[in-house]
Amino acid sequence: MTTQAPPRPAAVSRRAPVIKKRVGPARVLLHVFLALTAVVWLLPMLWAVYTSLRPYAETASRGFLTLPEKITGENYATAWAQAQFPHFFWNSLLITVPAVLLTLLFAAGIAFFVTRFGFRFNLALLMLFTAGNLLPPQAIITPLYELYLKIPLPWWMSDSGSLYNSAWGVIAIHVAYQCGFCTFVLSNYMRTIPGEITEAAMVDGAPVWRQFFQIILPLCRPAFAALATLESIWIYNDFFWALVLFQSGDKRPITSAIANLSGEYFTNPNLIAAGSLLTAIPTLLVYFLLQKQFVSGLTLGSSKG
Amino acid sequence: MGVSTKAARPSAKRRKVRRRLTKRDKAVLGVLLGVPLVVHVGLVWFPAIASVLLSFTRWDGIGLDTIHWSGFYEYVQAFTNDPSFWPAVVHNVLWLVFLLALPTPFGIFLAYQLDKKIRFSRFYQTAIFLPMVISLAVVGFIWQIFYQPDYGLVNSLLGTNNPNGTYLDWLGDPRLNLWAVLVAAGWRHTAYIMILYLAGLKSFDPSLKEAASIDGANERQIFFRVTFPTLRPVNVIILVVTVLEGLRAFDLVYVLGGNTGSKKGLELLSVLITNNIVGESGQVGYGSALAVILLIVSLVVIVPYLVQHFRREER
Repeated sequence: MTTQAPPRPAAVSRRAPVIKKRVGPARVLLHVFLALTAVVWLLPMLWAVYTSLRPYAETASRGFLTLPEKITGENYATAWAQAQFPHFFWNSLLITVPAVLLTLLFAAGIAFFVTRFGFRFNLALLMLFTAGNLLPPQAIITPLYELYLKIPLPWWMSDSGSLYNSAWGVIAIHVAYQCGFCTFVLSNYMRTIPGEITEAAMVDGAPVWRQFFQIILPLCRPAFAALATLESIWIYNDFFWALVLFQSGDKRPITSAIANLSGEYFTNPNLIAAGSLLTAIPTLLVYFLLQKQFVSGLTLGSSKG
Repeated sequence: MGVSTKAARPSAKRRKVRRRLTKRDKAVLGVLLGVPLVVHVGLVWFPAIASVLLSFTRWDGIGLDTIHWSGFYEYVQAFTNDPSFWPAVVHNVLWLVFLLALPTPFGIFLAYQLDKKIRFSRFYQTAIFLPMVISLAVVGFIWQIFYQPDYGLVNSLLGTNNPNGTYLDWLGDPRLNLWAVLVAAGWRHTAYIMILYLAGLKSFDPSLKEAASIDGANERQIFFRVTFPTLRPVNVIILVVTVLEGLRAFDLVYVLGGNTGSKKGLELLSVLITNNIVGESGQVGYGSALAVILLIVSLVVIVPYLVQHFRREER
């Protein structure tokens, strides 16, 4: 492999100079290739941004592949108001926050049991949860839909009187599904916590609930941070459950509501672009601010040391 | 990992620890395990098993007393009568083959290049990974704008937006639309594989590479004979992820197909199943029969993977 003079001194000492063969053209080529790939990968999004910033009248008369006469945030303002973004963002929040918190709590509970107390069947339990998480949602949706129609909820919880067409139902299926993945990650994480810690607590007579809430949970903070970031984005981004399990459009979270809105309120592509990008902003923000957490959450499950 | 050390611990000690659990402790443990178990089994596995049972019945989904046994009727319907079924199967297979043939190797290739301690690596990673962060539905809209026949970037650049001359309707033409959607899916899948493989490469011992390099191996040889075989666990994960992505594919097709369910040329098993629910037809038995096919294929991939994964861990 070719190694260019590394920028940092630490890298110099790690890399033996013996294998330094050629410097130059290969590296430059690699940069050109990666930069091109990055641009190509950003292109569809940049195109959407560009479209969203131009007034409809201008693109309609002059075409889209033209230099802009006017750059404006108008489309964003119109999309925000016409499509009732605050309302749908609130719906998303109402689903995402409880779902993430419950998922983490549930997953931590099972992981705690499996790693500290589970005996013969802990592998079977882990497999059950992980396999469940990997099933395609469409493989279970038909009976689930019927089940949701038939599980009654009191009227103060759901105006449909059942789990169907209620945020509770969507939260429940998110929790049921996602706790598989989180259990898998958290149980791997909890195994790295020495058993002596809880055993010592036990000898001191600490009850199980205190071991769980006061010893194990605080120690898992890094894993929680990663999983919370990842799960927030996943649940916010969900399209399928919200599409199938809500009947009325106005209860849907923004991600699936936008699909309806595109026909109903948005008549021009500039508005659709603005609306889509508005929908993506929360996830982009989380990603840019917590990129490390997001990526480590995604890879925690797959590559464990 | 922890499991092995746990298993090695004398069981007498464990028994002692267990005996120290008070009634209240046991109740707490019961809740910690029981509540999630009920929710998960009740909402995931119970419907999965119900799918299998319902696939052998005919039911309009209204009263429980209207269910009646129909044997393999729904399956026969799917195989012989539904004009969308075989196209859906073919498209699912194409989807999978495409993901395996192009975006997966490309993602691995990108990861390998990005792992070379180069400048701006973080920038490249962030840019390429962006599609994975945005919801598939939004990805669908973005590509819709991109592909739009009259003003989309693709047609504007190619000059194929002339209604009187060449006019390519990327998402409408049944000969084109699957491929157009696959490009969007591959765009996203590359990002996913890249990040998974990068994580794998981080755990790879660089001295192995150096040793091979000293022995005179060139870069390609090092990758195919040293890196790739050593990262077998990651390769397995990537294979499983890719197959499952091929089976779960839904959001993109649904949005790019115009939010109406299966469009000609874009039939997928997942879309057909969903149509049965969202649409007015409501044939529970038929939807379940399709779901069972999806379920069986998924389990054939999931179960062996998990068995080998957990067995390796247990050792």
